[in-house]
Amino acid sequence: MTELDVARHSHLVDPQLHVWGWEIPVYLFLGGMAAGVMILTTLLLARPGERSRALRWLPFAAPALVTVGMVALFLDLEHKLFVWRFYLAFRWTSPMSWGAWILLVVYPVSLLVALAALADDQAGWLAGRLGPLGGLVRRARALALPRAEGLRAANLVVGIGLGLYTGVLLSTLGARALWASSVLGPLFLVSGLSTGAALLMLFPVSHDERHALARWDLWAIGAEVVLLLLFLVGLASGPAASQAAAGLLLGGPYTAAFWALVVVTGLGVPALLEVLEGRKVLRATLVAPALVLVGGLALRWIMVAAGQV
Amino acid sequence: MTARRYAMAVDTRRCVGCNACVISCKTENALPSGGFRDWIVQEVHGTFPDLTMQIRSERCNHCGDTPCVAACPTGASHVADGGVVLVSKHKCTGCKACMASCPYGARWVHPDGYVDKCTFCLHRVERGQVPACQETCPTRALTFGDLADPASEVSRLVNRRPNLVLQPGAGTRPYVFFLT
Repeated sequence: MTELDVARHSHLVDPQLHVWGWEIPVYLFLGGMAAGVMILTTLLLARPGERSRALRWLPFAAPALVTVGMVALFLDLEHKLFVWRFYLAFRWTSPMSWGAWILLVVYPVSLLVALAALADDQAGWLAGRLGPLGGLVRRARALALPRAEGLRAANLVVGIGLGLYTGVLLSTLGARALWASSVLGPLFLVSGLSTGAALLMLFPVSHDERHALARWDLWAIGAEVVLLLLFLVGLASGPAASQAAAGLLLGGPYTAAFWALVVVTGLGVPALLEVLEGRKVLRATLVAPALVLVGGLALRWIMVAAGQV
Repeated sequence: MTARRYAMAVDTRRCVGCNACVISCKTENALPSGGFRDWIVQEVHGTFPDLTMQIRSERCNHCGDTPCVAACPTGASHVADGGVVLVSKHKCTGCKACMASCPYGARWVHPDGYVDKCTFCLHRVERGQVPACQETCPTRALTFGDLADPASEVSRLVNRRPNLVLQPGAGTRPYVFFLT
């Protein structure tokens, strides 16, 4: 006998656990990467010695990534015309509200840092290309140059805030057992560092800069492994709902994707490649950073999807 | 006079799952096709022939501790008169953070782009009426009232009858009580 209960049979209400689609993991990926770019370009710019011309352009990647991410966020909104409502309120209990304001702070800080990092001829070329905005670029750069050090410090702080918040956004939504872990904030931050380093390594930075990025990426990957382990141990040793959530990644439907894409492809293989490249056993290629990017996106995608099962 | 604290008692021994509350809510609140603010859950336990079934008319629990209000970035979700949790649709961006934070799945996205949920029919309560679901319920399983008033019918039911709330472990302090 089949018993069919049709009470509340509705596409509006019934898949109620699944409230966020592709937009949110894509945004979390791009936001985390932008945070990594902000932090790592700041650290690279602060180092003594020569800077490659590519590195001087790369701080612009942060606002560019955040812009694409915000488009994804915008597409997720059900009432797009009301997007300005985010900026009429600040709710300190709501990570979404923190995030909306952090995203707004990212622009002036990261753009000023980027302008200050440009060489004179690069800045001149940029101002020439932007036509009527050229004067604004010159004035902003003149404002930023004497304050470059303070701006870089601010960039570091805002970058860390952005990276942490992408994880905290999920972890405060306690109704989803998989997300109910305070480890998510630091986990997404170090993953953002790793993907940020990977993105920077795709560009023709100097050998020395590439070497530093690979070294920092290894540290970030190491921290990510530790935090993932803590995350899983924390859930698996928690109450029944937490154990069930951990089971999604430890034998459940997301196990294969998590271990294959996040752990092996995104952490294990690139870490091995970077160690070998660092010891000059292998020539440095774009394979390791590309794999890190795949793993970073997979981590967000799996966490957002599995949290809503 | 103490502040009002609206609550509802749902008598699972009276409820027959007829869905009259669901339909009257849809009519009263002019909900679109597919949208519901309350719904019926039939929970069956045991192995045949030793079965027990509980029928519950469920809705937003109008919690004492509101993760949905905390998660809302614009202040659209708020706690109104008597502890009733409401959404101001002119402030809602449809970001769905409240839905992700609600352990009860009580919220849904209205086709007009805002998040919608049970209001305890506050517009009726302010006129001295009971919520539409209670007014329609043919078995009188639903009792709305002020829990802060010890003489109210809902207070007497919740104090006298054994009852449970949904997912007490979520720590949300629900104000919809299921009499067992």
